Amino acid sequence: MSQLLEIERLGKRFGGFVALEDISLSVAAGERVGLIGPNGSGKSTLVNCICGTLRNEAGSVRFDGHRLDGSTAHQRTHRGLARTFQLPRPFASLCLLDNMRIPLLYTVAARGGGRSAPDIEARCFEVLREVGLEDKARRLPRELTQVEMRKLELARAMAAEPKLLIADESMAGLTHSEVEDIVALLKRLNEHGVTIILIEHIMRAVMSFSQRLIVLVSGRKIADGLPDQVVRDPDVERAYLGQ
Amino acid sequence: MRSDFFLLICIAACAALYGAAAALGNDYVFFAGYVVLQYVVLSTAWNILGGYCGYVNFGSAAFFALGAYSTVAMHKLHPLPIPLLVLVGGVVSGVVGLGMGYLTLRLRGAFFAIATLALAVVLQTLVVNWDYVGGSRGAYIVRPETLAPFGPYIRYLFTIMLLLAAGAVTVARLIERSRPGFGFATIRDDELAAEASGVPTLRLKLVATMISGALMGMAGAPFPYYIGFLQPSSAFGLDYAVNSIAMPLIGGTTSWVGPLIGAVLLGSLQQIATVTISSAVNLLIVGCLLVAFVIIAPNGIVGLVRQYIQHKPEDFVGRRKVEADAPEHAP
Amino acid sequence: MEMSLDLLGNAVVSGLLLGGFYAAVTIGVSISFGMLDIVNIAHPAFIILGSYIAYIANTSFGIDPILAAVIALPAFYLLGAGVYQVYYLSFERRGDEALRGLAFFFGLLFITEVMLVLVFGVDYRLVDAPYIGTSLHLGIVDLPLRLLVPCVVALIMVGGLQVFMSRTFLGRAILAVAQDQLALRLMAANPTRIKRIAFGLSIATASIAGAVLIVIQPVEPSIGRDYIGRVFAICVLGGMGSFAGTVVAAMALGIVESLTATFYGPSWAPAVSFGFLLLTLAVRPAGLLGR
Repeated sequence: MSQLLEIERLGKRFGGFVALEDISLSVAAGERVGLIGPNGSGKSTLVNCICGTLRNEAGSVRFDGHRLDGSTAHQRTHRGLARTFQLPRPFASLCLLDNMRIPLLYTVAARGGGRSAPDIEARCFEVLREVGLEDKARRLPRELTQVEMRKLELARAMAAEPKLLIADESMAGLTHSEVEDIVALLKRLNEHGVTIILIEHIMRAVMSFSQRLIVLVSGRKIADGLPDQVVRDPDVERAYLGQ
Repeated sequence: MRSDFFLLICIAACAALYGAAAALGNDYVFFAGYVVLQYVVLSTAWNILGGYCGYVNFGSAAFFALGAYSTVAMHKLHPLPIPLLVLVGGVVSGVVGLGMGYLTLRLRGAFFAIATLALAVVLQTLVVNWDYVGGSRGAYIVRPETLAPFGPYIRYLFTIMLLLAAGAVTVARLIERSRPGFGFATIRDDELAAEASGVPTLRLKLVATMISGALMGMAGAPFPYYIGFLQPSSAFGLDYAVNSIAMPLIGGTTSWVGPLIGAVLLGSLQQIATVTISSAVNLLIVGCLLVAFVIIAPNGIVGLVRQYIQHKPEDFVGRRKVEADAPEHAP
Repeated sequence: MEMSLDLLGNAVVSGLLLGGFYAAVTIGVSISFGMLDIVNIAHPAFIILGSYIAYIANTSFGIDPILAAVIALPAFYLLGAGVYQVYYLSFERRGDEALRGLAFFFGLLFITEVMLVLVFGVDYRLVDAPYIGTSLHLGIVDLPLRLLVPCVVALIMVGGLQVFMSRTFLGRAILAVAQDQLALRLMAANPTRIKRIAFGLSIATASIAGAVLIVIQPVEPSIGRDYIGRVFAICVLGGMGSFAGTVVAAMALGIVESLTATFYGPSWAPAVSFGFLLLTLAVRPAGLLGR
């Protein structure tokens, strides 16, 4: 399997504060990777650096063989990266259907997937159906519950037809069965060839989903391996699981 | 409704308006109507960047004046018919808009807004010191008394502005319903999420700035012929800056209808008021209306009408204010 | 053009003194924009308002303009607190500061200017005070008191604010709210109240800045607009909320403007501040995410 995402010695500071230090990891195409760590450990910062929302000062990011340094966030999305935001950021003035339309119009179209208008609309409905939001298609995001907003975030990332999807705490606040639904959805996506990095605090979801587990604490990677081995690692227990 | 069909309807409406104005028999209608139509173009142009993308331009007067002064410059260089001057004005303003956008649009909207203010001041300083176009003394443009088949020259100018207004409104509507329109809306709603969804925000912002600036320049191009004697203080007048912001905000920023309503209502009111009360009080009223609407009716008249039709109190469609926004971007 | 040492020295000194004044003008924006992230482009209008109040006090009651400004401080503070309350309820809470918040302040700027025109007309107004017109002479350098007194007053005000910010609980709460509102909330302090106090302070500084302005030069309603670019340029170059940075940036601008005016003529002043603004935008691009 080729490495889809390669991060080498990534570093990011905010003024005097070191958010990420010397992060190196790689994700193979088709993998299911879990990323865990305490709050403030730098997980979202890492996502921001990978996706281009923030600029890293040190190190490099390679995606699909290309160096990403210097490219804008939207260019990275066109290449096949998609992410959700930890706190959902829907397009508030557009209905859910139109929220789905945006990645289709801009990302999928940019890759040469010229679709007709009815096709696009059908695809929008399809994505909403995957997360169970199709009967709210014409509603505005402000009418959704927090949980539904997270599903919307996920749907919008899916609509971009990514090669790599980074799901940042998409399951917060969901019930037990809803969590299972999302895990099943992500597994289905993965079967269709989408590489997935799951960032979560819900351990049961992470354990059932991930083929590999990476642990981030205070901006450093302290573990990277099979889930069963990582959770037994004494450093990991001390830093994170023991809480 | 397809855009070319819409344009035809617009032109038909324009013809009807012209006919009605001519039937009134008093040329003053054309003079006043010209100003109102000018504001239709300016508000619609402003709204493309301000209402659709959420980037506030405080320097509308600068783009308007650029159009006016390129006409003055061309008049000395090589006189051209007004339609061509309109194109020249559009190109000049569009290019300046692009340049300014390139410098400032990578930054937050607030910096862009401030830069537009500064631009207006600097451009005015430059023009005041440029003797070729008259500087602070002003420039005379001699206009003919009549022009066939319109009769009085003002009718010709009125027609040009009428067509320009129809064009501006058609362009705005076309944008709204097309892919860029969606892109602009995402920039307004959440630029970060837009980038993450693949929207090329910088490019779209530059396009919006260019179109907006160009339209304003086109509105300014015939102005020297309208006014006969052009001074920097009138071209860069404060009323242009305020009105081009107030009219869309009062009319409603989310669609092409808002600036049109705002311009027609506020513009006509001001034409009536200038005759009866001083222009300073006039501007004060506009300022107060702007502040009042922005606080009480943020979606403008269009929003109020929608609320009335749907019989439910419409909360403002804004970004959902999530309290702990900061931790996302910095630990 | 003659580059005599005399001329150069005086230009630099005038620039420094002017810079002190610019610091007073900007400090309010350092608080509202640099710390609270509120784009109050109407700040210059409040300053001009302060100028006219000083003018009235001076011409009708013979009170020293700066003293008048100090007396007017509570009124300006309350005005600022009121404006913030409206701003917060109408825009900050809805998350719509970008477009409508800006338009709101623009409207305020504009309304203030037009009301001043209606009440006072467009003629220039000046004040009379014993120190206007006299100068100290130190060697080749002239120190016109007209510039020296405002500069000293300005620096005292900035210094006082700096002490307030770093030594008092309220001041540190304001610094805290600038950095992390969530943490402040968790400490059971109300960020909205803190911001209201801070914004009130910011407008209070406009009272002093206005009095100081009308001592330095004659004032008419529209000159506020010339200051908008200057003020934001200094605020950004000075580091967005750092008072020391604001003073340094203000003095830098003052010196450059003074040199330009002395050797190239005063009509180029707007170009200088615009150049500064462009410089700030080019050198400190904040990107979409932060300041």
